[in-house]
Amino acid sequence: MNKCLISNNIRRLRFMSNEMTQQELADRTGVTRQTIVAIENGKYSPTLELAFRIAHVFRLPLNEVFSYDVDNDPVLKKKK
Amino acid sequence: MDQKERQIVVTLICSVITIGLYVLYVYQKQVAGNSAILDDFRFWGKSFLWLIPVAIVAQIVIHIIYAIINRIITNEDIPIVDDERDRIIELKSIRVSHWIFTSGFICAMGVLAFGAKPSAMFLILFSSGFGASIISELIKLYYYRRGV
Repeated sequence: MNKCLISNNIRRLRFMSNEMTQQELADRTGVTRQTIVAIENGKYSPTLELAFRIAHVFRLPLNEVFSYDVDNDPVLKKKK
Repeated sequence: MDQKERQIVVTLICSVITIGLYVLYVYQKQVAGNSAILDDFRFWGKSFLWLIPVAIVAQIVIHIIYAIINRIITNEDIPIVDDERDRIIELKSIRVSHWIFTSGFICAMGVLAFGAKPSAMFLILFSSGFGASIISELIKLYYYRRGV
């Protein structure tokens, strides 16, 4: 469920970084291209380590690459 | 279907064919017309021990053939290194296959406890091991397609 709450701008950021390919980003972050595809499509939430590595490649803070839909988090909603 | 998914399908097909042919071979060579051998512990020991190298060699050969065909058709290399997503999916599938095999093991011991022949125990053990490996691959395929 949580994976739907995390979104990212990787596709847009790749485009803005001289149209970086998925393979290039995968090589620079030490994962396979399939993992980058899965992250872009919202099918996989990366570990913090990988998320930081991706943000580092784009030279941006983490929250500009990934965002979390706090309002729809069921755990946080329950505690309100 | 991406590389990993294709590899899983190849592994699945290879497992089914290898085990199927091996069981058929053992049945025709040793069991047909001599069903008493099913209660011989040496027969089961040898069959299980031989199955391990046969399955490993078959998997290696089929994956090499697959890698060559894949390279010719797609001009893409198969990723050798597993990353964090692969490892998470692997862990999830191992967990399920572990439970399936454990259930099979308990059933196998159960039938022994209820006085069934040793062949029943070995058949259940073999089936649960085979089932666990097949379901483990199917679980991987499910997670690769649906997402983790």
